[in-house]
Amino acid sequence: MSWAFLRDVLSGVNKYSTGIGRIWVAVVFMFRLLVYVAAAENIWKHEHDEFQCNIKQPGCENVCFDHFFPVSHIRLWALQLIMVSTPSLLVVFHVAYRESREKHHSQKLYTNPRKTDGGLLCTYLISLILKTGLEIVFLVLFYKLYNGFKIPRLVKCDIKPCPNTVDCYISKPTEKMIFLYFLVATSCLCIVLNLSELSYLIFKYSIKCYLKRLVKKQQ
Amino acid sequence: MDWGALHTILGGVNKHSTSIGKIWLTVLFIFRIMILVVAAERVWGDEQDDFVCNTLQPGCRNVCYDHFFPISHIRLWALQLIFVSTPALLVAMHVAYRRHEKKRQFRKGDQKCEFKDIEEIRKQRFRIEGSLWWTYTSSIFFRLIFEAIFMYAFYFMYDGFRMPRLMKCNAWPCPNTVDCFVSRPTEKTVFTIFMIAVSSICILLNVAELCYLLTKFFLRRSKKAGNSKQQPNHENKEETKQNEMNELISDSCQNTVVGFSS
Repeated sequence: MSWAFLRDVLSGVNKYSTGIGRIWVAVVFMFRLLVYVAAAENIWKHEHDEFQCNIKQPGCENVCFDHFFPVSHIRLWALQLIMVSTPSLLVVFHVAYRESREKHHSQKLYTNPRKTDGGLLCTYLISLILKTGLEIVFLVLFYKLYNGFKIPRLVKCDIKPCPNTVDCYISKPTEKMIFLYFLVATSCLCIVLNLSELSYLIFKYSIKCYLKRLVKKQQ
Repeated sequence: MDWGALHTILGGVNKHSTSIGKIWLTVLFIFRIMILVVAAERVWGDEQDDFVCNTLQPGCRNVCYDHFFPISHIRLWALQLIFVSTPALLVAMHVAYRRHEKKRQFRKGDQKCEFKDIEEIRKQRFRIEGSLWWTYTSSIFFRLIFEAIFMYAFYFMYDGFRMPRLMKCNAWPCPNTVDCFVSRPTEKTVFTIFMIAVSSICILLNVAELCYLLTKFFLRRSKKAGNSKQQPNHENKEETKQNEMNELISDSCQNTVVGFSS
């Protein structure tokens, strides 16, 4: 089980997406997943070993690291990637449900079980709203947990067993900050893509409904 | 998800590239991505652990390392490779869109559609003309821009392409000026120069491909202008048909010679 599983899941979702949805999948693959695996993971690899405090008191470094990094940036990033990709599975399940229903009744119940209309459209819209919501939740979480998107070089720690206020130095703060900004930028891009896809679909189907009503009235 | 997945994505685009494009892709995968994964990552693997400063002051090493290496070479190369590969996705999307349209035509039972089944549409290789020419040319242009930006960023951040053995650091909390020693400076310099050289080769290949496409475009235009001036007659139609067949034959010969699997 690795990131290849997520890649396969997203490739499956791609079939039922609109054009904007496919761009979203491409952005998630290239600029988030690939950057995470190829570059970001290695920056945070030895973050605990390289976190150094100006003290010899045993336990002080551990306690200070735990206080300043309740959940490491890289773990939050991984969780965000997983959570944000999961709502697309709702669409896959709905299509599978439609197809199994047709098989069960051995007759054609839908004009095309894979076309986004009716119930499948609702599922697709819900998945878009969930994706956007989760992206925003994680961005807010990052902001609240780490007081903005800055990573300082030095943090001052005075938790027991540290005797007094102790200087602790974070490793590679600039590099971590650059990748954190990259993460935020790609999240915002994905939010924009999701919102434009949402508005496009709502607009398209409201025009369709309106034209249908107009035709009915004329008849 | 790793570089292998990128290879799968870009391999599909390869079918519709020019010969120079195929060479560029080969250079990218063998001399840049493979070298990065197999060799360069090992060289830079222990970069902070073996970055040693002549002081016992805790925190001084961390701060000096962060000051001299705001973003590691290896990460910068990884980002460069990702950004440089991305424009090819534009071409992949355009080709997928064209295929989708042809499949739709085929399903509607359009008389104009020249394919016998869906498999032929899937395997068809599109010629680089019309709107695909514009997409392809803009993708090469963006590739060039990204390569240039990253080369400049590299040069700007590290004051050239050499890795010094010794760096003098006086950032707080280091007490005074402190000597810090970089691990494996010569090996890192060799790999840096190698990666820069291969980037330059890729830039040259992209420039050559751009010139080739522009030349082909203007030649085709002047040929069309020349043909439209003459009166359309039966002999001309046969000539143009023969020309098209010759082009197709030469293109398929190029395919078998370069032979990049997709």
